[in-house]
Amino acid sequence: MPASAAPRTPHAPDPADEAPQRRLYRSADGRMLGGVARGLAGHLGLPVVWVRLAFFGLFVWGDGLGVLLYAAFWVFVPLGLGGRSGGRSFHELFETLPDGGRRLRKPARGQITALVALCVGAGIFLSKVQSGGASGRYVWPTLLVGAGVVLVWRQADNARREHWAAGPGGSRRMFQLARACAGIALVGIGLTLFIVVRGSAAQLGNVLTAALAVLAGIALLAGPWLIRMTQDLSEERLMRIRAQERAEVAAHVHDSVLHTLTLIQRNADDAGEVRRLARAQERELRNWLYKPEGTGKEEAEEPATLAEAVKKTAAEVEDHHGVPIEVVVVGDCPLDERLGAQVQAAREAMVNAAKYGGQGGPVQVYAEVEGQTVFVSVRDRGPGFDIDAVPDDRMGVRESIIGRMQRNGGTARLRSAPDGGTEVELEMERAAKAA
Amino acid sequence: MTERYAQADAVGRRVRVVLVDDHRMFRAGVQAEIGDTARTGVEVVGEAADVDQAVTVITATRPEVVLLDVHLPGGGGVEVLRRCAPLTAAAENPVRFLALSVSDAAEDVIGVIRGGARGYVTKTITGADLVDSVFRVQEGDAVFSPRLAGFVLDAFASTDAPPVDEDLDRLTQREREVLRLIARGYAYKEIAKQLFISVKTVESHVSAVLRKLQLSNRHELTRWATARRLV
Repeated sequence: MPASAAPRTPHAPDPADEAPQRRLYRSADGRMLGGVARGLAGHLGLPVVWVRLAFFGLFVWGDGLGVLLYAAFWVFVPLGLGGRSGGRSFHELFETLPDGGRRLRKPARGQITALVALCVGAGIFLSKVQSGGASGRYVWPTLLVGAGVVLVWRQADNARREHWAAGPGGSRRMFQLARACAGIALVGIGLTLFIVVRGSAAQLGNVLTAALAVLAGIALLAGPWLIRMTQDLSEERLMRIRAQERAEVAAHVHDSVLHTLTLIQRNADDAGEVRRLARAQERELRNWLYKPEGTGKEEAEEPATLAEAVKKTAAEVEDHHGVPIEVVVVGDCPLDERLGAQVQAAREAMVNAAKYGGQGGPVQVYAEVEGQTVFVSVRDRGPGFDIDAVPDDRMGVRESIIGRMQRNGGTARLRSAPDGGTEVELEMERAAKAA
Repeated sequence: MTERYAQADAVGRRVRVVLVDDHRMFRAGVQAEIGDTARTGVEVVGEAADVDQAVTVITATRPEVVLLDVHLPGGGGVEVLRRCAPLTAAAENPVRFLALSVSDAAEDVIGVIRGGARGYVTKTITGADLVDSVFRVQEGDAVFSPRLAGFVLDAFASTDAPPVDEDLDRLTQREREVLRLIARGYAYKEIAKQLFISVKTVESHVSAVLRKLQLSNRHELTRWATARRLV
């Protein structure tokens, strides 16, 4: 059922009123077997427990009618996404009821109750069967076959559910395989027992041979068609994935590259602006193309390592001041407090270099992690200046770079010469625990 | 890097170059930038757009320097290097390769250098610097851009596992210093001044690093290059 049809607000419950067009789905969420009860409950607007009890009652006192009904629902009703939201929202509705609804809030509790009820029912059923005598001989094989079928069918449901849920881990796949094998084995044992119980144990071999022959015939007839169908299906899925990827690339190119190109056309006379735009776009595109899935595509996140922090800082300064900054990073390490300060100092140095030395070509930033020492150099080829000639009240270099480094236990060296460019070298020991 | 070698140096020198790049626009751009033989001393004697064409043109024209794109249809720059190996190793007039690419992903760069290229520059390089690099490669020197120096330092820095061949696989202290200064954007002359050595010594250090990089068969070098997609 559509999620919009199920209100999340806790007003008085009467879901049957507002959803005349809802379709019945089995619930994929919070189910015990096939999700039939939960799906029905969501559809009818009843508590899950009631539906389960009804099935159970039909099973115990209706000579197994409950099982048949359940099985029929399972086979014919599709597993739905809607079942999830419907069941969930109904759950919320129910728990707001004043009369003891709170107790049903935790699904775990409800499941335990149902499980206990199931065990009791099984006990009753078994005692009935034991007294049944002759007919009891068929009960065990039937139960075995039934259990096997349930196992395998639930497996198929899970496979369908993969479309909505995230892909399973390796261990889960193994578990599913084991479950499928167990189900098949149960069915096989049950069928064999059937034959044995019927007293035709002597003809077991003949029956098995005949069955195998029939199976082989079916496989021969339907096999190629089945294979073709699975191949077509997987191919179709591949095409769809490709189309999605292409759409994503197209969207990204449209949002960023075309946008930038338009800006460049508009600013064609302003060489500095064009260069700035082109470099920013290049950087973003590289980031997008080469970064592994899930990283680097969101700009907002804070960098966790030194290399990222230095690159990000350089990119920001570059964008802000329109001077190209070339970054070379050797090695990497996690960012700690002292390194954060070092990156801040480096940022200040980059800003200075961009402001005063940007005419001499790109600013070059080099960061290296070697053992415990982190070294950063920022270098420009601008006019340079005489450090001793800088008045005492100019605090930029003295405080933001040298002072900051010293406060955090590092060193900063500044080399500058008229017409020789400026180079700032920052050295910092990493925090000891990061070793 | 712009005025590293005066343009006047080019007077009287000649170098024959083949351009290998699958983008026609880029070839035209490089041709316009450096192909004015009277001014730069560079003579573009051939162009190629894919691996097969490149091998044919290079074999036919026997240039002194090939400007080689890393990404090419038909196997990439590495494949060209592999198939031209006899020409590269020739005793007289060997063909020398200079990788020139928009890609500066570590595995691409280290790949072509290990394949036998004498250097690597990015496509954002200025025309003057490119001419300069071409002549340096022609003279047998190695051309390391700051970024390439960074990659090489990075590759040789991860020496947690004991090296297979101590002599071959370890950079000397001096080589490391030289690389570090290249990575910081220093020109050869500046490096020489900084380390109180001659420019020739700097060149020989760089060539030694290149040789170690090309001969080193340390498996972690390749693993490093493929495991990271550094930009």
